[in-house]
Amino acid sequence: MTPLQACLLVSAFLFAVGFAGAVTRRHAILVLIGIELMLNAANLNFIAFWRFGPHPEALTGILFVLFSMALAGAEAAVGLALVIAIYRHKKTSNLDEVKELQG
Amino acid sequence: MSPAFFITAIVTILAAATVMSLRNLVHCALAMAITFSGIAAIYLQLNAEFVGFAEILVYVGAIAILIVFAILLTRSGEAPEKSVLTAGWAAGLVVSVLVFAVLGWSALNSTALPTTVTAAPKITVKKIGEALMGKFILPLEIVALVLTAAMIGAVIIALKEDAKTENPGRKS
Repeated sequence: MTPLQACLLVSAFLFAVGFAGAVTRRHAILVLIGIELMLNAANLNFIAFWRFGPHPEALTGILFVLFSMALAGAEAAVGLALVIAIYRHKKTSNLDEVKELQG
Repeated sequence: MSPAFFITAIVTILAAATVMSLRNLVHCALAMAITFSGIAAIYLQLNAEFVGFAEILVYVGAIAILIVFAILLTRSGEAPEKSVLTAGWAAGLVVSVLVFAVLGWSALNSTALPTTVTAAPKITVKKIGEALMGKFILPLEIVALVLTAAMIGAVIIALKEDAKTENPGRKS
């Protein structure tokens, strides 16, 4: 197994665990944590392909990860604000009880 | 694959599995901080020092604190008596196992991956700063705009509303 494949395996596991958490846990904050884990798995792939790719002297991988981290921070702030707003209205953060828009 | 990488990968994987299996949310947030520290250690071993320290600052520093604050504000620090899983959790688990199987199989069997390990590049913070201020100035400005808009939006969403709509059950 090459180092690149080891990195890809770790990031595949992180993505699968984040996805499992996002779809199986019923607490809204844990769903957000799962989404953060999936974003981190993608960032790990960017860094691995940058490091073991043919042109590591080009900074594209690093800069893409920096921008994606900024977007992940924005997403976490808006998501947690939504969780707090829903808790204030409905006194719950259980996603199974928030189903007004369900068809 | 060096032993240091193996140890950090094992710690990261175990912490990530712990995040999604514990019942108490505060413990989940702690395990999440350990996971992000492990990912930062992997970045450091891949010669991406700046990204590793940014990961510690942004994720372990800011996002973990934000999530702990959200746990406190929604009073969900104690483990619930009921089940913590959604109704269709078995299907979600099957899909995530399939996702891992496909990703892992393609990572192990792909012929498109480069097999030779190139020499570690010398990346200084000066080079990153010059790239950010030169070639990548437009994405940097757009990200700054997105962050500002997201922060204002988060404050407005979480803003306290007037007492009438906040507590519909109470007679005043």
